[in-house]
Amino acid sequence: MNLSRRGLMAAAAAAPVLMRASEAMAQGVAPRRGGTLQMMLTPEPPVLQIGVNQQGPTLAAAPKMFQGLLSFSSTLEPLPLLAKSWTISPDGKEYVFRLQENVKWHDGQPFTAEDVVFSITKFHMELAPRARAIFQLIETCAATDPHTVRIVLKQPFQPFLLMFDATAAAIVPKHLFDGRDYRTAPAVQRPVGTGPFRFVEWQRGNFIRMDRFDDYWKPGQPYLDSIIYRIIPDSQSRRLALESGQVLLSQASDIEPFDIPALRQRPNLEVNTAGWEYFSPLSWMEINHRVAPLNDPRVRRAMSMAIDRNFIVNRLWFGVGKPATNPVASTTRFHDANAKIAAFNVRAANELLDAAGFARNAQGVRFTVKHIPLPYGEIWTRLSEYLRQAMRNVGIALELESTDAGSWARRVGNWEYETTINFVYQFGDPTLGVERTYVSTNIQRVTFTNTGGYANPQVDALFQQARNAAVAAERQRAFSEVQKILVEEVPQIWLMELAFPTIHDKKVRNVITTGLGVHTSFDDVFLAG
Amino acid sequence: MSDFWRRFRRNRGAVVGLVVLVLVIAVAALAPVLYPGSPWDMATAPFVPPGEEGMLLGSDSLGRDVAAGIAHGARISLMVGAVSTVAALLIGVTLGAVAGYLGGVADDAVMRFTEFFQTIPSFVFAILLVAIFTPTIGSVVFAIAVVSWPPVARVVRAEFLSLRSREFVQAAEVLGKSRIAIVVTDILPNALSPIVVLSSLMVASAILLESALSFLGLGDPNLMTWGFLIGSGRSVIRLAWWMSVFPGLAIFVTVLALNLVGEGLSDALNPRLARQRGGAA
Repeated sequence: MNLSRRGLMAAAAAAPVLMRASEAMAQGVAPRRGGTLQMMLTPEPPVLQIGVNQQGPTLAAAPKMFQGLLSFSSTLEPLPLLAKSWTISPDGKEYVFRLQENVKWHDGQPFTAEDVVFSITKFHMELAPRARAIFQLIETCAATDPHTVRIVLKQPFQPFLLMFDATAAAIVPKHLFDGRDYRTAPAVQRPVGTGPFRFVEWQRGNFIRMDRFDDYWKPGQPYLDSIIYRIIPDSQSRRLALESGQVLLSQASDIEPFDIPALRQRPNLEVNTAGWEYFSPLSWMEINHRVAPLNDPRVRRAMSMAIDRNFIVNRLWFGVGKPATNPVASTTRFHDANAKIAAFNVRAANELLDAAGFARNAQGVRFTVKHIPLPYGEIWTRLSEYLRQAMRNVGIALELESTDAGSWARRVGNWEYETTINFVYQFGDPTLGVERTYVSTNIQRVTFTNTGGYANPQVDALFQQARNAAVAAERQRAFSEVQKILVEEVPQIWLMELAFPTIHDKKVRNVITTGLGVHTSFDDVFLAG
Repeated sequence: MSDFWRRFRRNRGAVVGLVVLVLVIAVAALAPVLYPGSPWDMATAPFVPPGEEGMLLGSDSLGRDVAAGIAHGARISLMVGAVSTVAALLIGVTLGAVAGYLGGVADDAVMRFTEFFQTIPSFVFAILLVAIFTPTIGSVVFAIAVVSWPPVARVVRAEFLSLRSREFVQAAEVLGKSRIAIVVTDILPNALSPIVVLSSLMVASAILLESALSFLGLGDPNLMTWGFLIGSGRSVIRLAWWMSVFPGLAIFVTVLALNLVGEGLSDALNPRLARQRGGAA
């Protein structure tokens, strides 16, 4: 039933999605209209206008109301959404998007190419730093007819399409924003989008309610009558709400990792860690290369070998996530499975440090390194406590310093640390989410840049080459090469490919169908009888 | 001395408290023998229930031995209790003695200063101090001392006010003894008993305060303490009750013991008061 609607162009890319739907059909469960899906949103976002706010909770809730031109499969292939098809010129500089017709905004106005041009060239250019960095490569962006948008780039940029998901560049209504201050326009408080659900009510600290948009452009969809996001600040209350069936779905960090084993046991719940492929957060032990002896690659390699990543995944995160193998998460494009960091081996790590001339003193300590645990909750403190013991096994004394979230960001941003823990989103492509941590041109006093100060001209050149290459194969070569260098140099000690569990009642169907998981429109989600 | 001991012994609770306290001190002293190595070492699989795999009190979320944590934590808790009490006594006794002995403007100034500290909720103030100075064992002891001295100053001042007009003090003054000598050798020894009683209770409250700070994650991250054990066990209490229950019991028993001993000391040092209480009961 989904085939005709999704458009044949995406058929190959959308195979996993269609399989889910056909599986559902095979089990005799046809999509059923009706019902309210209660979920949770943690923490409560300040506004739901995507672009004005780009934090996790907004990115999860807003795509129910707003849509991008594209969505992405779990292998990060583009899927049509507001754009029903697109073409890319052979030189990789010209993109032409054909838009869906008969799309209406929630206020009844028709959606046109002008809205798309406005969203890309004005709205997100002004509001979102990440979009601005990419959209400044645009030379011209114009509506050639009411349902066609043509974008010409100054230079080829292969990951360009990844910027057209709703979380990166949601399309917003020009008629409600143009000429106004985007941050204070009335539409920010009462969002108006093209999505399957329209904003109804938001009781601060209590719930957000969205109802079915009857004029939604996909006929017969959405299946749900409404979506309610409950705001529940305490993690144990959230777990109880899920266990008691008050809410049917939990996402992101709603549920603490240590509660997951018990929830897995419940027969009515399904725990799914897929649906984060687009973000692919990777965590690492962040090293400040300005601090001796951490600037010695042998030391970093030994530290990396001293860490049992399986213990971290299985014991701390209760099996949610995967051990990191290199700087590019395995779910991000251009991950090279052949480039692997050295395996867990305490003896080899000790030998490496001995050979490097770091002798143990009477207490068995080679040297002392300071460490700031990530102040994002208990599990990160446990992780740092584990790392301290792991480092002790190779004669490195890791001294923990507590700090609060504000100070952490300030100290990392100002390079005032020796080691800490960090994790960043990769946004599907190494150029978008990996490069920033390792190239010397991005050594800035800003968090989530190359704060460690790692500099290697060869790495810089390879990332540059991959950024500018128009052909995927050429980019793959450069990325493979750079991954090989980085796993030898270990500029940051990668720990884990993080995953956030989506836990839902089994009667909620079609929850995770793309690489964006819960950050999608939910127009095909339904409650089985 | 034997008189003191006889009176102390008459309070059964105090004797029990003393025995428990000695046991806790013994565990603290013997921790490196009982549980050699660091209490942070991962000794076994995580979440082993008490009594299994050689874990007397179970293991925590990283497979660390809870019993080892409690034993090593006892050292820190008792040390923090003792050191911060001594520090608070130094501040409190000095200021109280100055205020009580000199009187007048000095008394007013010191007492207003003391009241200033008393008006700030002590736990909130302690959190603030630790947060400002970053959590280390030194800043925790400092914070506890800073919030605990005002009651000492008030008690000492009251004692000094009543003692300084006694004949033996006047005699000493007539003899030409220096003020400092009078305060230290004549008045202070006679004001000692309420200070001793108070300080035993202060050790107890310092242990509680330190545990509360550690529970909130404001303890020294490099030291194992009881509050840390409870704090790290709180979130997994439905999975591993032993992680928070046993350190909680350790705090409860130790603080109770200190309070019982304090009461016993009070009886032993104020025989008249004790007899009155005995008669009334």
